[in-house]
Amino acid sequence: MPDKPGRNAIEVANVSKIFGSGEGQVAALDTVSVSIRENEFFTLLGPSGCGKTTLLRLIAGFDFPTHGEILLYGQDIAPLPPFKRPVNTVFQSYALFPHMTVADNIGFGLEMLGKPKAEIKARVAEMLKLVKMEALAGRRTSQISGGQQQRVALARALAPQPKVLLLDEPLSALDFKLRKDMQIELKRLQHETGITFIFVTHDQEEALTMSDRIAVMSAGKILQVGSPWDIYDKPAERFVADFIGETNFLTAAISGIGNGKARATLKSGSTIEATVAEGFQPKDNATVVVRPEHAKLTKDKGELSGTVDNIVYFGTDTHIHLRLDSGEAFTVRQQNTRSAGCGFERGDKVGIVIGNDAAQVLRD
Amino acid sequence: MAKNFSIKHQPGFTAVAATCFVVLYLPIIVLVLYAFNAANSTSEWGGLSLKWFRSAWQNTEVIDATLRSFQIGAIAAILASIFATMAALATTRTAPYRGLTFQYAAINQPLMVPEIVTGVALLIFFSRIKIFTGYSGLGYLIAAHTAFCIPFAYLPIRARLENMDLTLERAAADLYATPWKTFRRITLPLLWPGILAGLMLAFVISLDDVVITEFVKSGGQDTLPTYMLGQIRRGITPEINAISTAFLLLSVAIVTLFFFISRKRD
Repeated sequence: MPDKPGRNAIEVANVSKIFGSGEGQVAALDTVSVSIRENEFFTLLGPSGCGKTTLLRLIAGFDFPTHGEILLYGQDIAPLPPFKRPVNTVFQSYALFPHMTVADNIGFGLEMLGKPKAEIKARVAEMLKLVKMEALAGRRTSQISGGQQQRVALARALAPQPKVLLLDEPLSALDFKLRKDMQIELKRLQHETGITFIFVTHDQEEALTMSDRIAVMSAGKILQVGSPWDIYDKPAERFVADFIGETNFLTAAISGIGNGKARATLKSGSTIEATVAEGFQPKDNATVVVRPEHAKLTKDKGELSGTVDNIVYFGTDTHIHLRLDSGEAFTVRQQNTRSAGCGFERGDKVGIVIGNDAAQVLRD
Repeated sequence: MAKNFSIKHQPGFTAVAATCFVVLYLPIIVLVLYAFNAANSTSEWGGLSLKWFRSAWQNTEVIDATLRSFQIGAIAAILASIFATMAALATTRTAPYRGLTFQYAAINQPLMVPEIVTGVALLIFFSRIKIFTGYSGLGYLIAAHTAFCIPFAYLPIRARLENMDLTLERAAADLYATPWKTFRRITLPLLWPGILAGLMLAFVISLDDVVITEFVKSGGQDTLPTYMLGQIRRGITPEINAISTAFLLLSVAIVTLFFFISRKRD
């Protein structure tokens, strides 16, 4: 998806969050800066403990940054308590109020804002319709299923028309099928309401399929911000390439850098052309990555050669694990056809063809 | 093959349990039975009668003491529950801090200090206040009862708070509820069964107290238990049995209610 320029809804500027003090102090966030645009579906992606939830909590106001500013449409909201921020959250555990009905839950935010009764009623009805829960408006939240609770939590957070909606791994408690449905549902809701969504997840597939842009985080830092396509096909560093999808890492000698390209001489002796991430000046030796689906196997000679180690069938495709002659591991993903097998067997000596534009030089 | 091994079945358990139950309940059964005794003594059986219940009901001293017990119990239980709720909120809604264990101990002090010590201490303390202020009303008894009822009210309230999901309060704050609104609309309604349980427990404990009341009360301030104690010194009639039986019934009723309230909505 192409980047669409727009106003910034949220600007996080040099934000640090340090827990504890003295010897035991830990920086959950380390001078993080990121801008999130209006009407964007923005995802914070990273393994647990990377600081993504901490950043979300700082935007929501459940915690305050140790340093830095958080701007909401230009206004610094970092020192405000949560009830003074026009930002709402969908919690991982949903946190629906158990002593209230579905409708009362959805109307709670508007009620706290002091809206007139008639307006609340109309808005709650509208929200119930939006999440297709009209029939269950009078139920207690303990009397509805997990998927329905999820919808109520969404409706409750959307009802006060927040400037930004924060979603803290909201789909993690749902089973696979429901999760897939809710992913589509969330995209639809974001589209229909036009509200900026900030979505936290550790699931890279979820991030790739749903987001306009993704920020990949690790150890309290943002490593790369970009569209799903950028993140997957042009990872800026090793961690990003490794965390998002599967990939092959090769060591290579680099020469002839220029115009965003370089020549990489692999251990096998063959030289391939590789792209270089923007603003990165590789040294003589660097890591080159090739996605498994961008390499092809051949019975003839290729840029690399190796032996088939293992063949794993996945339904849509087959993963062929290889041991290169240089000793490195390499995986090739091959689309399946209905009539024939993958054409290779364990122990086969094969060549690997790496096409133009398949390889990239990475920052370690 | 023998029966499956079970730690629950060991020789002698049944006999010990049976003995305990007999010692615990037989005297109460006898007491209740003799409340319906027509004779004038508790040592002989003179046939069934309700006359001692009638006699107790017409005894103004009994009615007087009962009403006083209720009055003290109700006020003390309400005050104790309010203080206990505040204490429970303060000790569960924060990160652990230095002195928290000490605070638990301080709140639960009445459970650990012998009642007789508290009684003597209060007697001396209140007598000084009496001299300075000249006040000699029920306030002293209410204050004393409130103090020793707090830990009993505190326990169920704290248990309820500890089981409550903190995210709910966070969600309310996220939805524009000020801290006071969050307390009124979220915390308090969810805490209510715990507070009610604490209230009733405190009431029963207050109703039952003898030792501290005996030390603190002024002349003419008998509660039902201290009145009964006084009567027994002068010789027992089945009227005491009748009063005890009515008292027992009331306690059982309150404790049963307490049980159902604390189970509800869990």
